Amino acid sequence: MILVLLAVSFIVYLIFIVIPGGDPALRIAGRTATPANIVSIRHNLGLDQNFVVQWWDMLKQLFTGQLVSYYNGTNVVQQIKDGIPVTFSLAIGAGIIWMGFGILVGTISAVTAGQVSDRVITAVALIGISLPVAWLGLLARYFLAGEKGWPALFPDGGYVPLTTNPAQWFYHMILPWLTLAILFIGFYGRVLRSNILDTINEDFVRTAKAKGLTSRRILRKHVLRASLIPIVTLFGLDFAAVLGGGAIITEVVYALPGVGFYAAQSIQQQDLPPLMGVTLFGAMFIVVFTLLVDIAYAYLDPRIRLA
Amino acid sequence: MAERLLEVNDLKVSFATEDGIVNAVDGVSFQLERGKVLGIVGESGSGKSVTAMTLMGLTRGVNARFEGEVLYKGTDLLKISDSGMQDYRGNELGMIFQDPMTSLNPVYRIGEQIAEAIQSHEKVDKRTARARTIELLRQVGIPNPESRVDNFPHEFSGGMRQRAMIAMALSCNPSVLIADEPTTALDVTIQAQIVELVSRLKDDFDSAVIFITHDLGVIAEIADEIIVMYAGRVVERGSKRDLFYDPQMPYTWGLLGSIPRLDRPRVERLHTIEGAPPSLINMPEGCRFRPRCPHAFEKCKQEPGLENRVETPGHLDRCWLDVEFKRAHREETISPGSAEAA
Repeated sequence: MILVLLAVSFIVYLIFIVIPGGDPALRIAGRTATPANIVSIRHNLGLDQNFVVQWWDMLKQLFTGQLVSYYNGTNVVQQIKDGIPVTFSLAIGAGIIWMGFGILVGTISAVTAGQVSDRVITAVALIGISLPVAWLGLLARYFLAGEKGWPALFPDGGYVPLTTNPAQWFYHMILPWLTLAILFIGFYGRVLRSNILDTINEDFVRTAKAKGLTSRRILRKHVLRASLIPIVTLFGLDFAAVLGGGAIITEVVYALPGVGFYAAQSIQQQDLPPLMGVTLFGAMFIVVFTLLVDIAYAYLDPRIRLA
Repeated sequence: MAERLLEVNDLKVSFATEDGIVNAVDGVSFQLERGKVLGIVGESGSGKSVTAMTLMGLTRGVNARFEGEVLYKGTDLLKISDSGMQDYRGNELGMIFQDPMTSLNPVYRIGEQIAEAIQSHEKVDKRTARARTIELLRQVGIPNPESRVDNFPHEFSGGMRQRAMIAMALSCNPSVLIADEPTTALDVTIQAQIVELVSRLKDDFDSAVIFITHDLGVIAEIADEIIVMYAGRVVERGSKRDLFYDPQMPYTWGLLGSIPRLDRPRVERLHTIEGAPPSLINMPEGCRFRPRCPHAFEKCKQEPGLENRVETPGHLDRCWLDVEFKRAHREETISPGSAEAA
């Protein structure tokens, strides 16, 4: 796990060094900088050292909570901490919505396979998968949040902390949640539909039917459980990515000051320390959730459990 | 006479597929009395499993068409709705399937799966259902059932899983137990144990059994009456004695000839029936076994009826050949070596 994180950070560092315009000293110094200025900035930031040493120093600073931005000197760890409540609010709410509706939509679609409701769901799901989040978010703000001049059903972006006003928090989060969830609902629904249709032909489902169980019970206890296993993997990784600040577009579109928003700002400024922090933050969630997915697997499928 | 549990009259099952109508079962009739064992024998694709699953209402679907009657204690099961069948499945008719490896749900404990069947038909609490499950496992010969009840299917061997399946099928005391090739996926010593178990439990539970297999040797032990199916049709039907000692249909001879036997001179190679069963979409005219039958003649192009052609009443077959001719020539197929020796 730690090796994975080290490797991720190293690759991020490499990419940053390689890209054009990557030398932060040049940009900080400004247009009228003298060569001496640049040298001194380089030295202050530690950029004149071997790049492996630079990388290692940055990691050390990050994990001791001392890493600061190249541009405004703000503490990276503190900035990420500030963004966590926003990002978690977005991720958890959207996660619940997309998992819940994904299962619902996939199940309905599979049970009525070939009928009108299945076709409608399939069409809507494909549209949902194909919609760019940025565009959808902007449309939602334009039409539903008062920008077109219509009565505003929802607030136009922004974030209210849960601890300050739970009702306003919920109200402000609805549009971002839905915007983020729509993509996943369509995708999960499609995957679950095909899983269910595969599972229905399993011998043990026939056995369940031969026992005289009701079709509802067969679906819930025997078919869904087996069909959900692959969905759990997907969910673990997708959810981890969003928790780790991966919902950059949604956060930017709705001006939610979360980790993804911070990442977007830092990318524009080519500010390496925050990027390093955000990337490792995200990678950590991926690694942790991969482990959680494995644990969930053992729960869902006893054959995987250790004897 | 014992109570008649099941009466199937001219059952026809067809499925609409992309390639055309598949006549999987084409006019099957039989009766089953309490305490009896009916064997259904035939190759893959002869319609025996479809017949069995239709009795359970497991072949229903948008593409399936049914004709005829399946009378269970006088009620036509084909006319009962799918949800109405839930009261019959498991409760009145229990079924065991071919592959015990895949027939049990891998994610639930053995005991849970059996108790689920009990609780879906009877209003009993969990503890009672569990106690009955343990008792059932004991009856089917699972050692140490108190602890085995909490095992998962993958912790059971193939034979034990089939025993667990039998326990499940019998959990609600059904009157008819349908065993669809229950021994095919098991090795030979286990096969014998399972057959013996089914036979014993039939008496313990006072039920009747339909035993489906492609191996005549397996049901030689337990069947009272045997139906031989070919290409969706019954081609010969009679008591076990009739079938083994006076088989009338060349197809039955082929099946008999393919069983290794110790009571006959050893042959170099067991008999094989040439060719493959016909496509159920495009059936040959007349006798359906004609293209593979070594004794086929002109008359076989006409459809032979399922009739009694021998002295024993109740022994029916679909073959135009002369009875005496058949009796003179069948040993060549059943036991080629001995015919030459004699």
